[in-house]
Amino acid sequence: MPDGAEEFRKMQHALDVPCLKPGAMEGVQPFKAKPEHQEKVGMPGELIPDWKEKALEKMAELGEKNRAFKVYLDTCVKCGACTDKCHYFLGTGDPKNMPVARQDLLRSVYRRYFTFAGKYFPWLVGARDLTEDVLEEWYSYYHQCSECRRCSVFCPYGIDTAEITMAAREILDTVGVGQKYSNEIIGKVKEVGNNLGLNPKALRATLEDLEEDLEEDTGLAVRLPLDEKGADILLITPSADFFAEPHIDGLLGYAKVFHEAGVSWTISSYASEAANFGLFIGSYENMREISLRIRKAAEDLGVKRIVFGECGHAWRVAYSFLDTLAGPFDFLDQKYPIPQHILEFTWDEIQKGTLKFDKSKNDDIRLTYHDSCNVARASRMGDMPGGQFEIPRNVIKAVCNNYFDMDPDTIKESTLCCGGGGGLLTDDLMDLRIKGSSPRMTALQDVTEEHGVTHMAAICAICKTQFSKVMPKFGYEMDSVVSVHQLVSNAIILTGSNDGESAEEETSDE
Amino acid sequence: MLGVIYAILFYIATAIIVVGVAMRVRTYARTPAPLKIPTTPAPTTGWGVFWRMVREVLLFQSLYKSNKWIWLFGWMMHMSLWLILARHMRYFIFESYWWIDAVQFVGTYASFTFLFGLGGLLIRRFAVERIRYISSPSDVLMLLLLIGIGASGSLMRFVTHTDIVSVKAFMLGLSRFHVGHLPSDPVLLVHLALVITLMIIFPISKLMHAPGVFFSPSRNQIDNSRDKRHLAPWAAELEK
Ligand code: HEM
Ligand code: HEM
Ligand code: SF4
Ligand code: SF4
Repeated sequence: MPDGAEEFRKMQHALDVPCLKPGAMEGVQPFKAKPEHQEKVGMPGELIPDWKEKALEKMAELGEKNRAFKVYLDTCVKCGACTDKCHYFLGTGDPKNMPVARQDLLRSVYRRYFTFAGKYFPWLVGARDLTEDVLEEWYSYYHQCSECRRCSVFCPYGIDTAEITMAAREILDTVGVGQKYSNEIIGKVKEVGNNLGLNPKALRATLEDLEEDLEEDTGLAVRLPLDEKGADILLITPSADFFAEPHIDGLLGYAKVFHEAGVSWTISSYASEAANFGLFIGSYENMREISLRIRKAAEDLGVKRIVFGECGHAWRVAYSFLDTLAGPFDFLDQKYPIPQHILEFTWDEIQKGTLKFDKSKNDDIRLTYHDSCNVARASRMGDMPGGQFEIPRNVIKAVCNNYFDMDPDTIKESTLCCGGGGGLLTDDLMDLRIKGSSPRMTALQDVTEEHGVTHMAAICAICKTQFSKVMPKFGYEMDSVVSVHQLVSNAIILTGSNDGESAEEETSDE
Repeated sequence: MLGVIYAILFYIATAIIVVGVAMRVRTYARTPAPLKIPTTPAPTTGWGVFWRMVREVLLFQSLYKSNKWIWLFGWMMHMSLWLILARHMRYFIFESYWWIDAVQFVGTYASFTFLFGLGGLLIRRFAVERIRYISSPSDVLMLLLLIGIGASGSLMRFVTHTDIVSVKAFMLGLSRFHVGHLPSDPVLLVHLALVITLMIIFPISKLMHAPGVFFSPSRNQIDNSRDKRHLAPWAAELEK
């Protein structure tokens, strides 16, 4: 039964296309960054007097530095194929949330100042002047895009609205209009090492508490090491894993897997954050600075491998960008992928036969799996394209008996975003987050009706937080979203554990 | 006289399309992609990317996943366009090749599928609320322009008939900088005027999607970011 709030009405079908409701989300905006937040990301504190020139200068600069920006702005033929692909459009009906219309907010200005047709025939090609109203409109609608890339899959030229959104946010930042949520968090990472601002002492205390819990549960000294020099593996995980539910159960899962696999590992207090919000604001420099912390931690601790915990955008930056931003990582052991995903690690161990499970431990759960957008469409796991879909499912099926996929048009590369990605996971956008999650929630409600699904697993810190907030609005308990490694943690049989049942299982296994 | 005007226009239009497209393509080619952003699952080898491109360009694979109606009309229109252009080769080269002869027959009917596809796209532009919302006047005019070319061409082919031999002589003459006689058939003049317009607007319009598709990083990048370091020249400067 929902923990409060009225239950949201289910859409007929997850991908139902709404009628256009122009202006439905107009003016919806997250809080703007204060000067002190802006400063930490190296941007002016407030709207600068010559904002217009600077904005256009930045636009020209992006056109020279980023091929995607240039090519995407030029090649769109307005075919309309992407118009019904964005979950924010499906959820709100606001036409400016259609991917091509979102791009056009910026493209119209680009055309006006940088193309022949827009300079001399603006009415013909929908070009318009850059004004303060346009800036406000950008701020509004470029913060109604979670940079999920669903539109990019369906565009005949792969035009990725996320790239335009990032560019727009960077232009806005450059003229002094930043988003509080993202920029404040980037500041914390740079100062303290993680998004939460959890200092090393507090982190140590948290991990020690968790170790005690683990020892009580299992009777074994399953460790959560911090800053241990000479460990083999450096685990970089989203800081939400240290305190939020269900993230924390995932962290315990990683610890048990590492323990059972017999590897030495450590967390770093200096780089205690996997998420890289530099991505959200489209800032290469900020993204690079945050990534370099990981490199430094790896060097200082003398590790041989880097493994990333469950986090979507973090895995994108890690898999696709880490080597670019902070490489080359020639000081690490080249036998292993750099970096490696925790699911790749666990799946390898399962295949080697190091891990044993009692699947019945998850029998109270009927499960489905939400492919996180940036893992699905901006990264990979394993050696084969599509490994990012198979490996999580393989691990889930190894630890859980009752598994059901959602509508095929809403999973894998076509997965719907949770509604809170890309820097939108802030309370000031709650209405947008609920509406944006409704297509995913509808697909979930369908498998609940059909197969009695009770829980949904995810491998992204944002997805987990977002779902635990919005699921109650759709008739689910907030703990209906689970970490994949939480399921692993439930089912894993630790050698020598005093847990009565699992010890029995083990002997009968042999 | 007519011949001279059209000759001048053809030379100007040819210069614009060739130089214009070359300049745009040069910009695309020179602009670095700072990060690896292929839309995954993506091929992990160069050949894989080549095939992905072939599927996109010849089959419109992503569009097919996306929307069957747009795919049907769009694909029909483009494939007919290639057949028509192949058929038109006989105006520009002296001796025909076997593949030009081979498409003569199907090419004749391609004008119908061409117009059918364009008609479908035009109707969608007005009938579908979402597409109407995103359309600018130029999007509609572009379709009308192509319909105009297709319609005038078909008129010559099936109704009024024009002196093809003279047209061929005129076009071949142009390629040798010799201005010959152009038949003053109004339908032909309209056809050619519209084609000239198309050539002129090509490099400054969304028609740049044709070369653009090959430069789209989300489609042309190899998914190998863990194996090979990718670094843009301006980003390398940051490391100094
Ligand atoms: C490499 C070559 C090309 C490729 C891969 C390509 C692909 C596409 C695709 C996928 C679309 C979107 C679907 C549709 O509306 O049809 C499109 C639209 C369009 N293409 Fe092309 N195209 C190419 C060359 C051309 C050329 C040479 C022309 C014109 C002479 C052209 C004219 C158009 C027009 C006008 C549209 C917009 C249709 C509309 O208004 O809906 N294309 N193209
Ligand atoms: C310099 C360029 C061009 C010249 C000299 C030219 C000339 C002609 C002529 C003489 C015909 C009549 C054929 C006949 O009676 O058998 C024709 C037909 C046609 N043209 Fe063009 N044309 C040119 C470019 C184009 C272009 C760029 C398009 C399409 C975008 C096009 C589309 C058509 C169509 C659809 C037909 C009717 C079907 C066919 O005969 O293939 N033409 N053209
Ligand atoms: S699918 Fe691509 S080309 Fe078509 S309208 Fe959308 S962004 Fe433009
Ligand atoms: S990236 Fe995702 S959120 Fe942004 S426009 Fe595309 S589909 Fe919508």
